[in-house]
Amino acid sequence: MHEIRWHGRGGQGAVTSAKLLADAAFRSGFEGVTSQPSFGAERRGAPITASSRLAHEPIRVLSQVTAPDIVVVLDDSLLGVAKATAGMRPGGTIIVNTTKSVAELGLGGDIRVVTSDVTGAAQAVDLIVGGQPMVSTAILGAFAAATGLITMAGVEAAIGKAFKGTAASKNIEAAKIAYECTRA
Amino acid sequence: MSTGTTEVMTGNEAAAAAVKLARVQVVAAYPITPQSPVVEQLSAWVESGELPAEFVTVESEHSALTVCITASTVGARVFTATSANGLAYMTEQVWWAAGARLPIVMCIANRAMAAPWNVLNDQQDSMSVRDAGWVQLYCRDNQEILDTTLQAYRIAERLNVPVMVCYDGFLLSHTVMPVSVPSVGDADAFLPKRPEPLQIVDVNDPRNIGPVVIADPRADASGQSCHGYMEIRALHQQALLAALEVVPEVDAEYAAVVGRGWGGLTWEYLLEDAELVLVAAGSLGTQATVAVETLRAQGVQAGVLGIRCYRPFPAAALRERLVGRKGVLVFDKALSYGYEGPICADLRAALSGEPDAPTVWGAVCGLGGRDVSPDHLVDAARRALADGHAGTRHRPTDWINLRLDG
Repeated sequence: MHEIRWHGRGGQGAVTSAKLLADAAFRSGFEGVTSQPSFGAERRGAPITASSRLAHEPIRVLSQVTAPDIVVVLDDSLLGVAKATAGMRPGGTIIVNTTKSVAELGLGGDIRVVTSDVTGAAQAVDLIVGGQPMVSTAILGAFAAATGLITMAGVEAAIGKAFKGTAASKNIEAAKIAYECTRA
Repeated sequence: MSTGTTEVMTGNEAAAAAVKLARVQVVAAYPITPQSPVVEQLSAWVESGELPAEFVTVESEHSALTVCITASTVGARVFTATSANGLAYMTEQVWWAAGARLPIVMCIANRAMAAPWNVLNDQQDSMSVRDAGWVQLYCRDNQEILDTTLQAYRIAERLNVPVMVCYDGFLLSHTVMPVSVPSVGDADAFLPKRPEPLQIVDVNDPRNIGPVVIADPRADASGQSCHGYMEIRALHQQALLAALEVVPEVDAEYAAVVGRGWGGLTWEYLLEDAELVLVAAGSLGTQATVAVETLRAQGVQAGVLGIRCYRPFPAAALRERLVGRKGVLVFDKALSYGYEGPICADLRAALSGEPDAPTVWGAVCGLGGRDVSPDHLVDAARRALADGHAGTRHRPTDWINLRLDG
């Protein structure tokens, strides 16, 4: 079972990302998928987490993910405030939305650090709501590239179900750009 | 059986999908976390025309259930949903719906009762109205929410009693997982139109429905002898006890059409040779299945007996499966303050006097959303085993993952 913890800020869409991941993973062949919010008080801008699990059998654990093998950080400013690497399993992967290099992030320990300019991907297709680039869909492209656990066809289908018309096509385009700019 | 579709959805979305398949005619609800997305989804379908029903917006939960009561009285198939303080606010009508023998289905996205304010999960809300005369069913996962909500209409309409479909707030209501949605054809084959109501409302034959009933039977205006309060209540109790047969029958009927059943009153996992049995209702039972695997790897013959139908209480079914075991550990997500967990107390009473009854231990967990992991359940099981080895017969309720020291 793959256990994933999401770090985002209230309003950034981490819960949406987690739900889309579950759908994309189901479409990519995982029979058991769950995604859940962290059940806190969601204030705009405050650090929040979400949990996802992917497996090839039904998932029977509903508690929060505390020992993730994959961590996704939607905003690199969270690396200083949220304990994004806390409890990570040795050899785990952390995916960070950032313009910095892996070396610049300076994350230590037995983990694989993957970067992707997801914000840039959202801006490239003008995916901006209320002045904020929306990264919650594009991050799935980075997840697909970094882990190989989900297919881009699965990502596109999940986004296509959640959004309609040009909104869907822009979000899919952003995910494709994020996929291409993911670096380990 | 025809193929439905499988989609990744929340528990609330699964409940809404079932309500749509049930072809409800009236929905009335007042928003409260974590229930709100159920009726938000239904209102969107009513607005788009996908669900040809009346959606009545109301100013309170009390009114929401009142609208359901009136619509159900005239023969409509109705739905509402609520949580925690919303359920408490409608409590007067919860009793009315049951006493009036109306086949209302209500989903409860289980949430902690205030004060202090808390929007997160436990089962104190629905447990607090367990005595009101509704059937109460508890769901393990989102698939069971969908299937049970559809089954609830069949149960309610066969017995003329209302049914609460209870599922853990956030843990299921807001967690996505794959859910197979039956085809419309299968749903229609399983759930026929609502039968005629107990009392026909006819403008050409006006009559008083729900009049004052005195203690003793007495003749009505036409001289016909009518039941007193106790007779009406005895018939209600008979109907509720009949659910001990009807709930498994309906589950079997559903399985025959849709290809998926849930065990009726109770369900079990690795129970056959279990010496220690973990008992729970709702998603806690799902997690307990993981805990008993861990316990077995540690050499403890553990199993799970899940409670799906809590009211009526399946005392005979529980006795049959538990007498002869060494120990039973009951996990409650609610408490009868001043005593112990409701399921634990009921189970003790059900086993009382059985010569080979197991020791019953009580534990309370997950109040107000406190995280419960399978490891917490394993730890609690080991404490119960240690107490058993020490010969302890009575002990206070074990509060799991309690951190009074901060």
